[in-house]
Amino acid sequence: MKAGVIVFPGSNREVDMVDALTQSMGAAPELIWHRETELPDLDLIVLPGGFSYGDYLRSGAMAARSPVMKEVVRKAADGVAVLGVCNGFQMLTEAGLLPGALMRNRSLKFICRNVHLKIDGDNKIFSGKYSAGQVINFPVAHHDGNYFADDETLDQLEGEGQVGFRYCDTDGQSSDTINPNGSARHIAGIFNKRGNVLGMMPHPENHVEALHGCTDGRALFDGLVEALS
Amino acid sequence: MKAIVYVTLKNGVLDPQGKAIEHALDGLGFDGVGEVRQGKVIELELDTDDQDAARAQVGDMCEKLLANTVIEDYSIDFAD
Repeated sequence: MKAGVIVFPGSNREVDMVDALTQSMGAAPELIWHRETELPDLDLIVLPGGFSYGDYLRSGAMAARSPVMKEVVRKAADGVAVLGVCNGFQMLTEAGLLPGALMRNRSLKFICRNVHLKIDGDNKIFSGKYSAGQVINFPVAHHDGNYFADDETLDQLEGEGQVGFRYCDTDGQSSDTINPNGSARHIAGIFNKRGNVLGMMPHPENHVEALHGCTDGRALFDGLVEALS
Repeated sequence: MKAIVYVTLKNGVLDPQGKAIEHALDGLGFDGVGEVRQGKVIELELDTDDQDAARAQVGDMCEKLLANTVIEDYSIDFAD
């Protein structure tokens, strides 16, 4: 699998992402600066977390208009896998690759803690190494993770199996109490219709080593290598 | 001329910041305040005096960058 991680001014999770990918790939992915207008031949493009452009205007809004994003949109249309985590998820919605928007957390507070997630849907690229309904643990660290879309869009996401991850408790039950940020229908991550683009607020790259205290994220990266090699 | 763009959350989109302001005003003893909605004002210096052309251009800017029309509405005013 050939992977590239795009770096924007203000990205800060790209090194964690490179480490997680390297662990599963056995070789390092390429780091790509956002001013690039052409992308190399890649199987996976990653938009990492952070605070691109200081979250000016709206989180991810400026990055979504970076030169490289035209290429990302083109590659996604060609079927290349695209993963956006946290600020990367915000960029994907701003770029129109995923529906909806990420709004200020319901509590108005920045949230940094581990959350439980239930694997929803049946996506062969991103969640092939998990089983449907499995409960996993990833950290979240965000101020704008409150997923919003109109009811029609939400119904469509659920109907087409495009919801990938939902906030839940240790038993896999979702509720307003357990939902950390107020996201509509407890959504933590969604796929595009074709299933080759995933945006998610939690950080799989920060639960891949024993030292992290949890390795639930490892299966996501191992699954990507298996699906895209 | 100067264009002034007002960006506000659409009706039906929950505005947690507006809610917090509403509660804070209540806490300060300001009675009779209904729903509070928070938005943004963006001022643009434009190199034209043609208001129709400017309106079309700024509308395009709103659609492409200044507003996220999934969650936000915008309106445009002009000043000299």
